[in-house]
Amino acid sequence: MNHQEAPALEIRAVSHAFGPRRALDDVSLTVPAGRFVALLGPNGAGKTTLFSLATRLYSTREGAVRIFGRDIATSPSAALAELGVVFQNRTLDLDLTVNQNLAYHGALHGLSGRPLKARISALLHLVSLADRLNEKVRTLSGGQARRVEIARALIHRPRLLLLDEATVGLDLASRAAIVDIVRRLVAEEGLAVLWATHIFDEVRPEDDIYVLDKGRIIAHGTAGEVAGGHLAPVRPKEETPVPEGATASLEAAFRAMTAARAEDAA
Amino acid sequence: MSDTVLPPRVLAPPVARPLGLAGHAVCLGGIVNRELLRFVQQKERFLSALVRPLVWLFIFAAGFRSVLGVSIIPPYETYVLYEVYVTPGLAVMIQLFNGMQSSLSMVYDREVGSMRVLLTSPFPRWYLLLSKLVAGVVVSLAQVYVFLAIALLWEVEMPPMGYLAALPAFILTGLMLGSIGLVISSLIRQLENFASVMNFVIFPMFFASSALYPLWRIRDASETLYLVCLINPFTHAVELVRNALYGVFEPVSFAVVLGTTIVFFALAVVAYDPGRGIMGRRGGPKGEAA
Repeated sequence: MNHQEAPALEIRAVSHAFGPRRALDDVSLTVPAGRFVALLGPNGAGKTTLFSLATRLYSTREGAVRIFGRDIATSPSAALAELGVVFQNRTLDLDLTVNQNLAYHGALHGLSGRPLKARISALLHLVSLADRLNEKVRTLSGGQARRVEIARALIHRPRLLLLDEATVGLDLASRAAIVDIVRRLVAEEGLAVLWATHIFDEVRPEDDIYVLDKGRIIAHGTAGEVAGGHLAPVRPKEETPVPEGATASLEAAFRAMTAARAEDAA
Repeated sequence: MSDTVLPPRVLAPPVARPLGLAGHAVCLGGIVNRELLRFVQQKERFLSALVRPLVWLFIFAAGFRSVLGVSIIPPYETYVLYEVYVTPGLAVMIQLFNGMQSSLSMVYDREVGSMRVLLTSPFPRWYLLLSKLVAGVVVSLAQVYVFLAIALLWEVEMPPMGYLAALPAFILTGLMLGSIGLVISSLIRQLENFASVMNFVIFPMFFASSALYPLWRIRDASETLYLVCLINPFTHAVELVRNALYGVFEPVSFAVVLGTTIVFFALAVVAYDPGRGIMGRRGGPKGEAA
């Protein structure tokens, strides 16, 4: 496969269990190159597990994860070099400065010297934190720290960015700022993004979305289609459980779908 | 924020990903630099790392010098003061604590999530772990040589070339103790569990060794304890350093320390493998299953 033409992220029939509990069950999703794709799911749906598999923190035992056509199990270096990640939990070193945190991450991708300095400067301008270069991360607000994490994730020029609940716990202005930065990177620079969230305001009607619940993809389509109940078939053998009357909004559809599955399970 | 202007081609791909030999060196340098920065930030860590052996040297050794005579045993060519005997063991004790401290930082890194950042680097995982190990050794060497300098002021003197000759020995013992720390860090789920592991690892390793007493004295007291000391890799780490400080190469201790390093580092690589060990067990690095 030509790696330039391959999807940015391709997850095929991935399942994962922690002991007897299946955290993911036959999950497949695709993030085309240069596109914004949202992964919607309530807490505990399996989003973080999926991200851990996509970043090779866990190994893929069932199914396959490919980043620009490179299998993360067999070509981890090539795959991870194309990938930037913003984890759900804060992962900056609070006692180091913004510059030291970014330089460390650059080194983890083999970057050093003048090119690294230039990258750090450009990215801090991007996230409007150029004036905080030499301040300790501990002194930043939650939103600013998140923006530093986005800058950090981009330092090695990845073509795919994974963000796991990147705006959780932030105020409205900070959330808007982060969403704005990411969407502009998609629109203007062709970055591919998988945006995991349970905040519906962050999803636009034209966005491609996957709905993950209890470890399974239960719906896939544009946000408008999901809200309208016109869903792409996710599992040929199963009906996608969208009850009648649950089409007023994406949030309503989502709540109805996940509630229906909870009732089925009961 | 919406008026933010994207710098031109923020994401323009580089000509080539710098993942070759030079990239590996940069990665190692970055990890070592971070460890040094963290160490400098934590001044109390540096002080406690020094105070511990100095208390042993200034108080314990001074008190015991009259009751614990050290006969002429290799590498010593004359009778030596107890302070002189105990100094190599205390230097390696610094490395023991540092190795465990590094593993504590691994547990901390896992808890705050920065371990995830390290492990998503495109460099091979074994290389990332080795880099962490080297970073820990660099930090421990700084502490060891400051301790030896202070001991020198206390008139605990080694042959001048011994300080240089012992450097490779200190590097190897640091790698061994760091590898053991790595394996221990992979077995611990939470920081709170670490204190008990320290008690079960550090103190037995240190006391059941030749750090404080010559092995012949231990043998006089208990044959069983003597055998325990003999199979304790810390004993061999101490003897490797003690001999090196006097310009003597101790092949058995070298073999034991090298072998222990290889075995424990291999175990650490398995433990941090995404499909096995801690990364493959339930909940992964932070106990997150979702």
